[in-house]
Amino acid sequence: MSQFYTSTDHFVLVPAIMLALFGCAILLFDFFLFPEPRQRKWLLAFLVLGLVFTGVGLWRQHRFLAESGLPQITAFQGTLTVDGFALFFNWVFLAVSLVIGLMSYRYLEIEGEHHGEYYGLILLAQCGMYFLATGTDLITLFIGLELMALCFYIMVGFLRTQKRSNEAAMKYLLLGAFSSGLLVYGFSILYGISGSTKLSEISLAVANRDTWDPLVVLALITTSVGLLFKVSAAPFHMWAPDAYEGAPTTVTAFLASGSKAASFAFLVRMFAGPFESTRAVWEPLLIAVAILTLTIGNLAAITQENVKRLLAYSSISHAGYILLGLIAGNETGLKGVAVYILVYVFMTMGAFVVVTALRRAHLIGENIDDLAGLIHRSPGYAIVMLVCLLSLAGIPPTAGFLGKYYIFLSLVQTGHYLLAVIAVLYVAVAVYYYFRIVRAMFVAEAGPSVALASSFGVRVAAALTATLTLGIGIYPEPFLQLAQLPVMR
Amino acid sequence: MWNALFFYLFALIALGGGVLVITRRNAVHSALWLVVSLLGVAGEFLLLGAEFLFAVQIILYIGGVVLLILFVIMLVNLDQAARMRQFNRQWAIAGLCALVVGAEIAYFVWRGGPQAFQLATPVSAGPGEGNVEQLADVLFSRYLLPFEIASLLLLVAVIGSVVMAKKRS
Amino acid sequence: MLEPITPVHFLLLSAALLLVGTIGVLTRRNIVVILMSIELILNAVNLNLVAFSRYFGEPSGQVFAIFVITMAAAETAVALGILIALFRNRQTVFADEIDLLKW
Repeated sequence: MSQFYTSTDHFVLVPAIMLALFGCAILLFDFFLFPEPRQRKWLLAFLVLGLVFTGVGLWRQHRFLAESGLPQITAFQGTLTVDGFALFFNWVFLAVSLVIGLMSYRYLEIEGEHHGEYYGLILLAQCGMYFLATGTDLITLFIGLELMALCFYIMVGFLRTQKRSNEAAMKYLLLGAFSSGLLVYGFSILYGISGSTKLSEISLAVANRDTWDPLVVLALITTSVGLLFKVSAAPFHMWAPDAYEGAPTTVTAFLASGSKAASFAFLVRMFAGPFESTRAVWEPLLIAVAILTLTIGNLAAITQENVKRLLAYSSISHAGYILLGLIAGNETGLKGVAVYILVYVFMTMGAFVVVTALRRAHLIGENIDDLAGLIHRSPGYAIVMLVCLLSLAGIPPTAGFLGKYYIFLSLVQTGHYLLAVIAVLYVAVAVYYYFRIVRAMFVAEAGPSVALASSFGVRVAAALTATLTLGIGIYPEPFLQLAQLPVMR
Repeated sequence: MWNALFFYLFALIALGGGVLVITRRNAVHSALWLVVSLLGVAGEFLLLGAEFLFAVQIILYIGGVVLLILFVIMLVNLDQAARMRQFNRQWAIAGLCALVVGAEIAYFVWRGGPQAFQLATPVSAGPGEGNVEQLADVLFSRYLLPFEIASLLLLVAVIGSVVMAKKRS
Repeated sequence: MLEPITPVHFLLLSAALLLVGTIGVLTRRNIVVILMSIELILNAVNLNLVAFSRYFGEPSGQVFAIFVITMAAAETAVALGILIALFRNRQTVFADEIDLLKW
């Protein structure tokens, strides 16, 4: 009580403060400092500056943990905990926001939408993600989740004059709010079980109970349904293809990478934390969900003609692979989850960068046909797309192979042979539909050639994602070290 | 005795109102029944000695949220909507879900009686001071951080509704 | 069993409210009514939280309920903003008539 806001609290909170500060600053500057259309690039510059400051804050936390050898820093009486897990995910979110910001500028120009609100919302959404990865208190986690989700509802509906975007936002919001309701119902039961909102005390209380205690089962079921909605695992995936297709393409990329990574951070935090002792209950459930997710994601992707929708189903199936790592649950499995998420965000964003560049004035450019002959029209983007698709399919030497390797290894180590076989079989299916896109790019006749909507920012985003997708696969050492962070306890 | 009586009365209001919310054809009627249901829940709050939440429930929920919903119902013309089919074709799925969950709860109650649901043991007993003081104490010390994040949440909500509702310039 | 009133009574009441809300979300077509059903679910949550908070003699459950109400208000505001934008373009409030994207 005596210490209201200690220096440790401040140290832990700095990245979030920077994100909120720059988010609000961009909203204000949009009106006061840079109202002219040609000054918009300064707003993007401020976004990047905000991310740099956030990065400095994260780097100081990283250094402190490495040098002091402490496993974690706690602040606000156990409300926030900076440990390897939180650091890892915050680095991922930082990279995601940077790439999304860079690829959005040109796209917003084409759509003729406001820049200020958009960049502000990116930073505020990342602020929500920060609390999702760092929070260890039910209330903080819940409010962080809502902050992130609310930003995403708005961004999905950002093209408010387009019906598609309105409808996608409405569907996403209805199902998102419903799942939040179920999730927080589970939280209320967890509070009843433990009498506290702190995850550490809840873990103790749950572990002290019978595995099949009715209240624990009720809390587990409602919480996991809410969480599985958020990560778009089947049978709770139906919002994903619609939201992904209707949203502005850059927001789709953000949704598929940032929102999904943050939701997985939350999911792993809950299942490897308070619910770890009830593994006997949730393991069969999650196995069923994972198999269903892989099946629906991969089979539905085969028939899609719209690239965004195809990538949406592919992202559903990737959620299935990540869940497999959690099911295995040993150290390799958790490391596999981290590696997979790291790899997944870059390869997915890379694919969406190319789809974004295909959107030009009077040309939606989302169908597979729109990619026809891309190698002749714009070899650079075709190569980026090829690298990302190979990686999504999990073909060496790209990074996607590395992620799948760790997941399969952990499944074999823990004796889930059947699951491993099923997962490998679905890789073959995935190769088929990814190669439909590749065939269109390299073999199909090019239509009338219209230049791609490229710009400096888009090129940097494409180069960054493609380099990392290839780089993590070829020279994985530093990235594996980074992915080791969440496993250290 | 009176306590129990009021509990069942408010429970009936809350549940009955809830059922009517989801079965009425006209959305305005649904909204009015929502007010009734929320009043029932507010009554339960009063029984539980949560005076502050009782006030918040009435001022913010009924006076704010439901009013907002009513405004929008008036704004988007629902006259012909009321004459159309109100339920989608997911009756079977919804019924199944309800049945499974209901059966699960009934099973646990039947197996263990009320003791099936064992809560954590209370740590401290008896409220020493008024409800509002107690809440304020905790809200501005232990939960200061979520309180601040909630301000960001409301900011985003303001931005969002402005962005969505404004006309194209 | 009917008396005295214990937290378990509140738990059962809130479970019933949760069920009513869930059925409403899954079966109704009108977007506004779906939103109201979500409010019912959130009220079930609040009932739980306040009842447990009373039982423990500790206010953090009530604080949680305040945050849930805040979030409900914020979410409703955004939902209605989107609904207005949608209605301006489409003139429908039925969730399954939102059919440009398959439901």
